[in-house]
Amino acid sequence: MTDPIVVAEGLHKSFGTTQALRGLDLSVPKGTVCGVLGPNGAGKTTAVRILATLSDPDAGHARVAGYDVVREAGRVREKIGLAGQYAAVDEVLTGRSNLRMFGRLYHLSRHEAHRRADELLERFGLMEAADRQVAGYSGGMRRRLDLITCLILRPEVLFLDEPTTGLDPRSRGEIWESIRELVADGTTVLLTTQYLDEADHLADDIAVIDHGRVIATGPPEELKATIGDRLDVTLADPAALGSAVTVLSSLAGTEPTTADSVRLSVPLPGSGFRLAEIVRELDRAGVAAADVSLRRPTLDEVFLRLTGPSDQKEHVR
Amino acid sequence: MTVSPSPLGRLRWTLADGMTLVGRELGRLRQAPGQIIGLLVFPAVMVLLFGYVFGSAIRVPGGDYREYLMPGLFAMVTFTAPQGVMVRMAGDASRGVMDRFRSMPTARLAVPFGQTGSDVLAGLLLVAIMAGAGLLVGWQPHRGLALTVQAFLLIVVLRYALSWAGVYLGLLTKDEQTANNLAPLFLPVTMISSAFVPTGGMPGWLRFLADWNPVSALTAALRDLFGNPGGSAGSTAWPIEHPVAAVLLWSAVLLVVFVPLSVRTYRRWGR
Repeated sequence: MTDPIVVAEGLHKSFGTTQALRGLDLSVPKGTVCGVLGPNGAGKTTAVRILATLSDPDAGHARVAGYDVVREAGRVREKIGLAGQYAAVDEVLTGRSNLRMFGRLYHLSRHEAHRRADELLERFGLMEAADRQVAGYSGGMRRRLDLITCLILRPEVLFLDEPTTGLDPRSRGEIWESIRELVADGTTVLLTTQYLDEADHLADDIAVIDHGRVIATGPPEELKATIGDRLDVTLADPAALGSAVTVLSSLAGTEPTTADSVRLSVPLPGSGFRLAEIVRELDRAGVAAADVSLRRPTLDEVFLRLTGPSDQKEHVR
Repeated sequence: MTVSPSPLGRLRWTLADGMTLVGRELGRLRQAPGQIIGLLVFPAVMVLLFGYVFGSAIRVPGGDYREYLMPGLFAMVTFTAPQGVMVRMAGDASRGVMDRFRSMPTARLAVPFGQTGSDVLAGLLLVAIMAGAGLLVGWQPHRGLALTVQAFLLIVVLRYALSWAGVYLGLLTKDEQTANNLAPLFLPVTMISSAFVPTGGMPGWLRFLADWNPVSALTAALRDLFGNPGGSAGSTAWPIEHPVAAVLLWSAVLLVVFVPLSVRTYRRWGR
């Protein structure tokens, strides 16, 4: 286990009467991808803005790459890259002149800024569009340009605030590919997202945020295990629905949900259930099943369970 | 807050980064040839439009209307300067570009300095073209090179001070669309002045406003320095009697108010 490169402790931040963060703790080991998940308004963007030195916390403190984000903000800025929810580049300029300008603003020499711009354009497949105005780029190309703008200084930590929101699946795949490459180079990535499959694909660890606090952390598989497996049953005959509900309720301890008159689904407490056992129980009650399956929950289900309005929220760890 | 090597090093980076951002504006111009043409044609069209349309009907004391008009036009384009800066600042703010600058080790003050610096360059170009158009329609400075240079310097000083007001207003509106909608409001301010017509015929209250409008002070100062008709002579309002002092005073006031306000707002942006 390496030392964490991003540490936040007890971050609080209010905007007027709205409490965006209420004691957020976060720790990201060096060289990993941390996916921050949360519903809209959970405080994801506020947390990223504080870690990227754009905003000051009301209470609590955070260190990035060994420097305090408030007292040593200047040092932190030399170590990080930030891509927000918009493609924050000059749309009137070309891709190449954007990279050169930002390179100069990162205090590279003119020569070095030009060289680095070409290198990044080449590596991330934007060379062909390098001398076109950004205004004419596709959404995916803009985001990619935005992303590589963060890479000019080879940041140790990259903050990506919803990097693929609004992109088509193909462009999203390309951004994912780029992020994986960066991680292979040793960059630590903290990414917020609303797409759970994105977190599932990219993140080593996930932090679920709700109401300004981290309510669960852990690798995706571990989080899925905490809410147990899920049992899906498809009946051969809708007439058996009543008995099927009774059997599943007694097995799971909760009422199953029904998608229609033949399909039922129920979360199982823990993962100690065997498929054969379940089929036998159904048989005994005279329920003929066309299909019975036991599956790992999706991250969506974990997320909904953790952040949903029910009071069954679980604190993992 | 920022751990920089020394105040001198910080100043150096502020200037260097400011120049990079001036370069950015020049690069934008190169990408938008339409804008260049607009920038070049607009002043010439103004001279012709005002010179011949108004000039055909308006009689001013001291003779030629186009001689009278040119200082007013210089003043008008100077006072519309803040709108461009305002729109660009608001554009950066609303598109997240400002956040990017602020998350980088770029000097904090480089952004407002870059914007105001590039605006002065644009202003010089504008004034040069306008002067050329003026010479073509019969306007000319009559009092020698030194006073002519002083007149143009006065324009630059006031324009620079005004562009800081633009920085602040841009940070305040935060949104390019809003900024664009506010921009035309600068025009009436330039009209309630002695830029195009003598204030003598205005009703008392309007004349008071016009006399104290800094547009009138700049217009009167330029008329005096160029030796064009309708300057400070005969006016009893202080800013018109002492127009050069009034323009310098206005510039100082604008800078004293808007530089700290802008810098403070920029530093605290989104915190």
